[in-house]
Amino acid sequence: MDVMPKWADVILIPLISILLAAILSAIVILAIGENPWEALKLMVSGALGSTYGWGYTLYYATNFIFTGLAVAIAFHARMFNIGGEGQALIGGLGVALACLFIPWPHWTLALLGAAVMAALFGAAWAAIPAFLQAKRGSHIVITTIMFNFIAAALLNYLLIGALKVPGSMEPATAKFPEATHLPSFQDMFNFGDTTFFRGAPANITFFVGLAACVALWALIWRTRLGYEIRSFGHSESAAKYAGISPTRIIMVSMLISGGLAGMMAINNVQGEAERLVLNAVEGAGFIGIAVALMGRSHPFGVLLAALLFGFLYQGGAELALWTSIPRELIIVIQALVILFTGALDNMVRMPLERLFLSMRRAKNEGRTI
Amino acid sequence: MPDITSQYDLGEILMKMTQKFLGATAALALTAGAAAADPAILFDLGGKFDKSFNESAYNGAERWAQETGGSYAEVEIQSDAQREQAIRRFAESGANPIVMAGFSWATPLAEVAADYPDTKFAIIDMVVDAPNVRSVVFNEHEGSYLVGMMAAMASETDTVSFVGGMDIPLIRRFACGYAQGVKAVNPDATIIANMTGTTPAAWNDPVKGSELTQAQISQGSDVVFAAAGGTGVGVLQTAADEGILSIGVDSNQNYLHPGQVLTSMMKRVDNAVYEAMMMGEDLETGFNVMGIGNGGVGYALDEFNADLVSEEMQATVDTAAAAITAGELSVHDYMGDETCPALTF
Repeated sequence: MDVMPKWADVILIPLISILLAAILSAIVILAIGENPWEALKLMVSGALGSTYGWGYTLYYATNFIFTGLAVAIAFHARMFNIGGEGQALIGGLGVALACLFIPWPHWTLALLGAAVMAALFGAAWAAIPAFLQAKRGSHIVITTIMFNFIAAALLNYLLIGALKVPGSMEPATAKFPEATHLPSFQDMFNFGDTTFFRGAPANITFFVGLAACVALWALIWRTRLGYEIRSFGHSESAAKYAGISPTRIIMVSMLISGGLAGMMAINNVQGEAERLVLNAVEGAGFIGIAVALMGRSHPFGVLLAALLFGFLYQGGAELALWTSIPRELIIVIQALVILFTGALDNMVRMPLERLFLSMRRAKNEGRTI
Repeated sequence: MPDITSQYDLGEILMKMTQKFLGATAALALTAGAAAADPAILFDLGGKFDKSFNESAYNGAERWAQETGGSYAEVEIQSDAQREQAIRRFAESGANPIVMAGFSWATPLAEVAADYPDTKFAIIDMVVDAPNVRSVVFNEHEGSYLVGMMAAMASETDTVSFVGGMDIPLIRRFACGYAQGVKAVNPDATIIANMTGTTPAAWNDPVKGSELTQAQISQGSDVVFAAAGGTGVGVLQTAADEGILSIGVDSNQNYLHPGQVLTSMMKRVDNAVYEAMMMGEDLETGFNVMGIGNGGVGYALDEFNADLVSEEMQATVDTAAAAITAGELSVHDYMGDETCPALTF
């Protein structure tokens, strides 16, 4: 029997973690002589106070949905995929190649084609570490981390060489052709006189992200493959005894994981920048780990956590714009939230478990007397 | 990936923190005061205290604020994705003019400028062709030519060197002007040129800058010119440690190692920012070239390098500067045809 009721595990622990991170952040802001309450108000109004703010929050959240789902599916097979960053970078390469060299007639086809390319490239990048893990036992954490660096170096090489616009000083590809541009929220929610989401980068990819959440939920809990992945994750030996091939599960779960991470690129590369720039992922691959941990590897939890981190990113950008809080300290605040929700889970969990245990004991004793 | 903050930035932060403790209310008032029709400045990824390009822009803005008593909005972006966002936010808040330092702003600005026809923008180091944009570019090759002449005159080994930041045409333009200046004084001199890297990380890598300087010293160089943003801090440090001369860039960096920095190739980004802010909402748009003639570039002379620059040296350089201004002497511009007569890359 579980020590804690389900609601405490899913809601109470993340809430307390965020609260602790918020208190520490407030102390940090106080220490540099700014008002934490004003800062919080600025973050909330900047990220959620207008359709513009929402447009940015949802844009960042879309990135984190994909990378979060990528980490989550690998978690179910007890694989720790730290390579989301590299897989998303390579996914971006796939998107760029698809958009630059295939003459798409319409954005719907371009979205489909780019998504397939992004997923293929991302999956291919995850396939090598997965194969090494399955066949040679090379630890997936080490190999995926190393593949991040290889991906970054490969993109550096391409963006200052073959893919660069001749004569340009910026390491970036040319702008993608008009037909590949995805409709942004501004285009989609334009009702004549009032324009919502003006200038914000959120685009149709957000709905692709939502669809991916549903699809992944169905895959994990409603298919035979999902069952196999989960049983492998819970006990490798039991899964083997039941006739489930570890090689197959490792490969398949990592391919799905890499594909999801790669698909992030349709949001940031095709949807926002409309060209491939250096370091396009900007850490979203690593944030995905925190998102998956906080979301308890459940697609719905991942969605909520991605929204929270989208809020933090957009709120942080607003802080940088309108206060004199140095950008280094904004990174500190974001890092505190990651630390508490991701890494220090047990710090909150253990005292809470003890609390629930003693409460139950008190109740039982009350019954016997 | 967040970049590693150098020790120098840490010092700045500590200093800032103490200041903030003392003047917390003042700081808040300043933030609240930055409202409509104030100018805004956007720094590039190096951050405003990079001791070089961005800091020069910051100094220009500060000079404007002190002289006029006005306030301005500013932002140090964390990532490329925030560029467009930052421009839009300032434009929507009514900030005018909006000044941005660095060529990487060109792509987002070209996209955004048309959406805010009533806002004036100024961009430094790149040309954006829009009716409400003022583009300021510098003749870095002319200033580099002057400091190249000084390097050749100060060198005893007849070998001088150059450390560039990111390998882009703009930095090759510095290197090419420098090499031409060296050759003008001493046609037999050897010039060693190295670039720190090919990505923007090369602007803020003092360790690599230091290594390159070491390598150049072992090849005989005794004057090194750093045109590398924050990386230059490492170049100047190593030159001072090893007892050779160095040449700073963008800001006047002579004070960093008194008596050991020969001079600095001044690129008056501060003047460009100051002028743009002074003109306010009536910012004159269009294409602007800042060269030797109008004080845009030059070499730095102050109490820290007075003993290093002989009168003869100064006279020679000033003659060359006058000749360039008069149009009698033309320094080859690498960016014109992507070739350099004095240096091969």
